[in-house]
Amino acid sequence: MMFRLILFVAALTFLPLHMARASGGEAEPLVHQHWHFSGAFGTYDRAALQRGYKIYREVCASCHSMKQLSFRNLTDLGYNENQIKAIAGEYSVEDGPNEEGEMFERPARPSDSFPAPFANDKAAAYANGGALPPDLSLIIKARHHGSDYVYGLLTGYEEAPHDAHLLDGQYWNKYMPGHVIAMAPPLSDGQVAYEDGSPDTTQQYAADVVEFLTWAGDPHMETRKRTGLKAIMFLVVFAFVMYAVKRQIWSDVH
Amino acid sequence: MGHGAGETRRDFLQLTAGSFGAVGAGIALWPFVHSMNPAKDTLALSTTEVDISPIRKGQSITVMWRGKPVFIRHRTEAEIEEANAVSIADLPDKQDDAERVKKDKDQWLVLVGICTHLGCVPTGQKQTETRGEFNGWFCPCHGSHYDTSGRIRKGPAPKNLALPPYEFLSDTLIKIG
Amino acid sequence: MGSGERAEFKNPVVSWIDERLPVFSMMQQEYGVFPTPRNFNYFWNFGAIAMFMLVAMIATGIFLAMNYTPHVDMAFDSVERIDRDVNWGWMLRDIHMNGASFFFIAVYVHIFRGMYYGSYKKPRELLWILGVVIFLLMMATAFMGYVLPWGQMSYWGATVITNLFSAIPLVGDSIVTLLWGGFSIDNPTLNRFYALHYLMPFVIFAVVFLHVWALHICGSNNPTGIEPKGKQDTLPFHPYYTMKDTFGLLVFLVVFCVFVFYAPDYLGHPDNYKEANPLVTPPHIVPEWYFLPFYAILRAITFDVGIPGTEIVFISAKLGGVISMFGSIGLLLILPWLDTHPIRSARYRPKFRFFLIVFLVVFVMLGYIGSQPADATLFGAPLTLLGILSTTYYYGFFLVIIPWLNNTEKGKDLPKSIHDAVLEDAREAAKG
Repeated sequence: MMFRLILFVAALTFLPLHMARASGGEAEPLVHQHWHFSGAFGTYDRAALQRGYKIYREVCASCHSMKQLSFRNLTDLGYNENQIKAIAGEYSVEDGPNEEGEMFERPARPSDSFPAPFANDKAAAYANGGALPPDLSLIIKARHHGSDYVYGLLTGYEEAPHDAHLLDGQYWNKYMPGHVIAMAPPLSDGQVAYEDGSPDTTQQYAADVVEFLTWAGDPHMETRKRTGLKAIMFLVVFAFVMYAVKRQIWSDVH
Repeated sequence: MGHGAGETRRDFLQLTAGSFGAVGAGIALWPFVHSMNPAKDTLALSTTEVDISPIRKGQSITVMWRGKPVFIRHRTEAEIEEANAVSIADLPDKQDDAERVKKDKDQWLVLVGICTHLGCVPTGQKQTETRGEFNGWFCPCHGSHYDTSGRIRKGPAPKNLALPPYEFLSDTLIKIG
Repeated sequence: MGSGERAEFKNPVVSWIDERLPVFSMMQQEYGVFPTPRNFNYFWNFGAIAMFMLVAMIATGIFLAMNYTPHVDMAFDSVERIDRDVNWGWMLRDIHMNGASFFFIAVYVHIFRGMYYGSYKKPRELLWILGVVIFLLMMATAFMGYVLPWGQMSYWGATVITNLFSAIPLVGDSIVTLLWGGFSIDNPTLNRFYALHYLMPFVIFAVVFLHVWALHICGSNNPTGIEPKGKQDTLPFHPYYTMKDTFGLLVFLVVFCVFVFYAPDYLGHPDNYKEANPLVTPPHIVPEWYFLPFYAILRAITFDVGIPGTEIVFISAKLGGVISMFGSIGLLLILPWLDTHPIRSARYRPKFRFFLIVFLVVFVMLGYIGSQPADATLFGAPLTLLGILSTTYYYGFFLVIIPWLNNTEKGKDLPKSIHDAVLEDAREAAKG
């Protein structure tokens, strides 16, 4: 009786939560992509992460900041310390004040965070026609089904229908809630040259940058899943032992 | 608990369960303890680069490294001489001046500016501050005197002022940490 | 607790301490030999599980607090730093975040068990009331904790919930200003919520102590709802229930770990990974899942109460919503006096059992309604209508159905004793 009841309560409780998630805005339902990081044993594809970082650097970073990330985090992508120093060295950051009280520019170090393209949110919004390009550090976690959503958005640009009236600097995207988006289509075939022979297509670019952004929002995913596996295996075995103990102790009662 | 044959399985089971509990609790404790150790961003900030070209002879500057003051003194010839004139055997913490500077750079003395007694910051960095009886640094908290090599000479401090790990990247640039 | 005779201890240190401060005797009496009904089912695990979750929340919370910065400019980033840079910080945070949900799961099951088996009835009224007080304190604690990461849901959830108090006539607005320490949710609000979020768990702990004390005065209820009549009806708490509780706890923790390690954000809301922005409200604000049924009751009242056809309004829709929400929890407090039926356990009250299970379904339904946008529909019916119907049933269950059953439900024959009931069950099991 009570097990049935527990199951019943659990089902009743989780079903509506799930339904709550499934019902969304008016945008087209997302297509579920198969990601390298999906599932209980999924991991990040290092090559895709590096390609994704290249896309971010060469395309997204001109408008979008990633203020939660530092160059030192790039070790997760498979870069070694010298490579990271070299990457950081390509950027310059403001430091100071020096002995004379002046701020000065110096090459970035691994401990520095990714420099933002604009001085502040106001400047970023002003330079982008009033629409603030969101910080991308957590963009995947900050959207329902973030990976599929961002992939959909990057590949979902279409010709606007005749009855849609878009203002200057607005575009039509089938996955954007409300369809109207202020970001111009950021990716196009052949735009970024890959060195590892991966296809230079919009789809490939989008998939790679989503892999990178997913990592950026959830850098400990692999450790988390590994730790979880150990913890759960331990608890399951412990639970069996405990069940045996309980039965032993209760054997003279029943 | 008895020791009859029928009880052996029970003992074994309970012992196993007990060990599982103890091991599990022990392992679960570690993340809590380790979370108090320096975080990754803190560890990443553990080097500081300093341009020493503006420090004139006889002057000192103080820079921050890992949240602690680091003293960099550009020593005069007289100060170097004074540091070398001491008989090592008489020192509480026996150390030659040569061990405390880089080779051929003995005009530069780089020290962690924290008294080895109880962690106060000694005076003597500015010309106007008292440098103690040995013309180095003086800790006002409990009266420790350090010489021109940063060695303890008098007072309660047990050790010489510590040397941070550092290297000369060029003649005018040092990297601490 | 702490009264009665001292036990004998072989260990001289233990014995020495016990003569001066009988903590060991107390543990021995209350958790060692304490006579406990022999027929508990696994529903009785959830008190111990809730206790464990409280301790886990306090432990992880203290270590998170060591790395958290309660300032509007830094709170969001400090939480991200915990997730990214602090050693094991991601795990402590995931345990704390999901721990809140699992604490509520345990407590909801615990409360429902109390209702199903009539554990609130004489002489356990005060025990039950202390439990409801713990539930209320938990809600306040969870609400303030949710504000701390300073995401969009933190900010707007806090705005909406604190604005409830503005419904109070005359002094409402002053109370809200007092709660905020300003004219909107801002740094003073964050600081006081942090201070209180740290304090409240210890208050909960103190009330839990009273709750357990009261429990050990009148003893546990059991699935038959009849009191133990002698030694044949009880077992010492240790090792029988210590071992059974540990087993149940481990199973619960397996489920908990699945969430912590494989779906840490499933029970949260993506909007809370956007930093709080006082200028932009998210299109669809929802509280954490454990508040949803009460949130639905709050929203169900969309009409003013007054004299029809006139402009006279006694209770505005806003105040009505707030009253019905707090009232829905208030009903739990007076439940021991609403239900005066002599039979405790729903096992022997088929009618009560039926209405109680409908109540459970309605409660979950309210949760679903609370999760949806205000203008949503289900199978073509507007959810506002379902909301008002469900709220009506919620109130009707307590104020109409239960009093009606007091007088009309005869109930089944009770077994002579717990021992008899256990033997009967065993015979049934052998037959089936």
